[in-house]
Amino acid sequence: MIPELGHFALILALLLATILGTLPIIGAQRHVRAWMALARPVAQGQFVFVVTAWVCLAYSFIVSDFSVLNVATNSNSQLPAYYRFAATWGSHEGSMLLWVLMLSIWTFAVSVRSRHLPDEMVARVLGVMGLVSVGFLLFLLLTSNPFERVFPVPAEGRDLNPLLQDPGMVAHPPMLYMGYVGFSVAFAFAIAALIGGRLDATWARWSRPWTPLAWSFLTLGIMIGSWWAYYTLGWGGWWFWDPVENASFMPWLVGTALLHSLAVTEKRGTFRNWTVLLAICAFSLSLVGTFLVRSGVLTSVHAFATDPRRGVFILTFLVIVIGGSLALYAVRAPKVGVGGRFEIISRESMLLGNNVLLIAAAGSVLLGTLYPLFLDALNLGKISVGPPYFDTVFVPLMTPLVFLMGIGPLSRWKQASVPDLWRRLRWAFAISLVTALLAPLAAPQWKPLVSFGLLLAFWIVTATFVAVRERIRNADGGLWAQIARQPRSFWGMVLAHLGIAAFVVGVTMVKGYETERDVKMNVGDTVSVANYVFRFDGVTETKGPNYRAARGSVNISRNGAYVETLYPEKRMYNAGGMPMTNAAIDSGLFGDIYVSMGEPVDGGAWIIRVYSKPFITWVWGGFVMMAIGGFLALSDRRYRVGAQRDSALPRGAAAAYGTKR
Amino acid sequence: MNKKLLIPLAIFIVLAGFLFAGLWRDPREVPSPLINKPAPQFALAQLNDPATKLGTVDMKGQVWLLNVWASWCVSCREEHPLLVALAQAKVVPIVGLDYKDEPGPGKTWLAQNGDPYTTSVMDRDGSVGIDYGVYGVPETFVIDKSGTIRYKQIGPITQDALEKKILPLVRELQKS
Amino acid sequence: MMLRFSRLLLPALFALCPLAVAAADAVPTEMDPVAAARAVKLAEKLRCLVCQNQSIADSNAELANDLRRQIREQIAAGKSDSEIVDYMVNRYGDFVLYRPPFKLTTVVLWAGPALLLGGGFLVLVRNLRRRPVADSSLTAEEREQAAHLLGEDNGKDDK
Repeated sequence: MIPELGHFALILALLLATILGTLPIIGAQRHVRAWMALARPVAQGQFVFVVTAWVCLAYSFIVSDFSVLNVATNSNSQLPAYYRFAATWGSHEGSMLLWVLMLSIWTFAVSVRSRHLPDEMVARVLGVMGLVSVGFLLFLLLTSNPFERVFPVPAEGRDLNPLLQDPGMVAHPPMLYMGYVGFSVAFAFAIAALIGGRLDATWARWSRPWTPLAWSFLTLGIMIGSWWAYYTLGWGGWWFWDPVENASFMPWLVGTALLHSLAVTEKRGTFRNWTVLLAICAFSLSLVGTFLVRSGVLTSVHAFATDPRRGVFILTFLVIVIGGSLALYAVRAPKVGVGGRFEIISRESMLLGNNVLLIAAAGSVLLGTLYPLFLDALNLGKISVGPPYFDTVFVPLMTPLVFLMGIGPLSRWKQASVPDLWRRLRWAFAISLVTALLAPLAAPQWKPLVSFGLLLAFWIVTATFVAVRERIRNADGGLWAQIARQPRSFWGMVLAHLGIAAFVVGVTMVKGYETERDVKMNVGDTVSVANYVFRFDGVTETKGPNYRAARGSVNISRNGAYVETLYPEKRMYNAGGMPMTNAAIDSGLFGDIYVSMGEPVDGGAWIIRVYSKPFITWVWGGFVMMAIGGFLALSDRRYRVGAQRDSALPRGAAAAYGTKR
Repeated sequence: MNKKLLIPLAIFIVLAGFLFAGLWRDPREVPSPLINKPAPQFALAQLNDPATKLGTVDMKGQVWLLNVWASWCVSCREEHPLLVALAQAKVVPIVGLDYKDEPGPGKTWLAQNGDPYTTSVMDRDGSVGIDYGVYGVPETFVIDKSGTIRYKQIGPITQDALEKKILPLVRELQKS
Repeated sequence: MMLRFSRLLLPALFALCPLAVAAADAVPTEMDPVAAARAVKLAEKLRCLVCQNQSIADSNAELANDLRRQIREQIAAGKSDSEIVDYMVNRYGDFVLYRPPFKLTTVVLWAGPALLLGGGFLVLVRNLRRRPVADSSLTAEEREQAAHLLGEDNGKDDK
């Protein structure tokens, strides 16, 4: 009964989405008030039905209703409750429903936080989001129905893939999808602007808060995914340039460019065409990512079970949405060029430089990810593009970006002078250079690449410090008052940029100084890594709710003094499948000690893997700082005050905004 | 309209074309670099007569198929009836390469499923397989009279592949 | 059809892709440490064809085991790193390399990022140099009018 209810709710949601995607948009074109007014309630109705459907599926999982095919294939009654819940999105169908849920949440959010927008804009924005929902709901209902039943009802489910039985599974997909799907809002605003013919600073102000919100969620989602891979796969890797990882990274890169571009369009009214194009591209890349992961076009450890029929559907949808948007862009983008006047050295040009670099980076990642497909489709052979390519190509692109990160915030709008910038920043540069050259001396070995990485990171820190100091110095009052006086968007930027610096430090130190030992250890054997001595103390058998495990005990000491004991595990899940490695990690501010078990060898010995990963926590910390920076920036008073102020305008004035063609 | 604004759309259309083409291709399949190159030489003990060896030199002068199989291979069962039928039709000799297998299970498997091979040779450690670029079982090679590999079938031979690719090629090679 | 068999092939291959990975139990402990390090480094550069998301060093597939053994034997036989890599490429094609080779078909791949960046900056600089003729306060028609009224237009066209 419940699954059928869920199925029915989806159909109703599709109906509402269809209404949402048509009437309000037509209403906005023809000034039919009643149709425009439909947008909010219909969007909210759609939200209610999608949530209902999702709850029905989640319920089926929690009570282990194995008559639902999706539950039978992805869950098991021995699974702990929180994993049964997470299994709701553990399959293609379930995660697709999660996508649709996120989309309806964002649509709902826009419908309630848009009181200050003119009716035409609201109608168009919600309408576009409705159209996107139609595509996904159709996809769900026609090719990937999560509510399909199976008869005869199996006695037990096949279990959630052990790899997914992890807190990471509970957090990663929801965060990631919040981000991916969140870019649909900026996309919808861009399309609405193109349809309405109104593309100016006010439009940018309205669409601006939505982007950092999506961006921050995406940042967190990527971070959790990376961290999860790190501790769950057992060999300490955290980024593999795998096609699915790249599929999430590309929207992030373009989203970052969009963030910066929107800032300029809002403040200066320039870059309008470019910002709209970026908004279209960011969401388009989210859609392309969805396609890549589910169509079987690329091999990946992450990819869902593939089916060419689904691939064709998504591709058709992609062509309609992306092709349609880009065509609309070509026809409707204002004929004015970049707009505004600014010198070749100015904050505007730096931000444009930022954009060029980020787009080049995203383009390179796309090129590398799809190149094997290009060659194969042209019958030019089969190659594989792995981390060596991406690492080689990515670092040279990031270096100038980091350089710009330092001088951008200090450059004046319209016109900045190079000598002036040099004067303000030369100490920052000197300090970063010297510290970067000296710091690695404290490490076991001085490495030029480490120095270079640290230079980039220190440059960001010192230049940001200069920017902060200059801002604060101009204000009155005590330090705390001065800090509070600066807008939150400024502190958001500072935090996010510092987050990048932390990330760079983490990556540099880990890549420069990580050590790994894989050794066969008998009980009592020791191995030393990075000043620590690891002693293997044997293995005990333990049991979990749905698995049996061999639990190793590794005693760690330093200079003869006991430090701690770590307990890595090798788990065999009852429902079968491959043995899972559960690493034991001691995370600290200055790095991780990572112990995992490989294979058992004759005589009670085991292959034990011991890693020292200096500063790796800074990688995750950097991400978190970036995300917090993003959240901070959008909580800026301007958006809240601005919203109130606009909504206080007489209706006529707001409407007048929207009609210039 | 400013023509430059069409560039993003143009790029996307090209991209979509490739993505569409990709739907019909298998990203996991690794084509062989040995096509039109001489078949790597081997001389291995035969499954049914371990004392004598069979090698590529012995097959020179005729068109033949080298079929990589094993008793532990599940997919091999799918193509085996086709091979047996092909052998009965006496179109082309098929030599079996028993890959990473033990002679006992190998012989039993053939007894159970039929033996289409003129003979099978044993590649117990898989080194001949490596020379041929074998990465999965079953795989089949079409080798011509001069000992050059002309075609590699990755995975089980299907009726379709047999009729459309293998048999026409074999007939053409036999004529020359 | 191609896709149908590939789904059959998948089970045969995936059955051999255990998740447990161990890079350097790639080498038995009796091996000379320098040669052992070389063997691991080489194995890390090559993609396993069975478990295609892992390197030959990390993969526990049978084929990966066999290939690691090959690498060790070749190192012992005195082959150079490039000879060993060529050995693998001759048998399995370029797919086996993590780092795509630089050849005619991959020129676009390797040059692409630089071209994107260079192209992007060129476009940027060109747009920056070209001062927008129309100030945001006047439309093109209004400018023409103004120029005409001031007697300044000599038939110049507006961009």
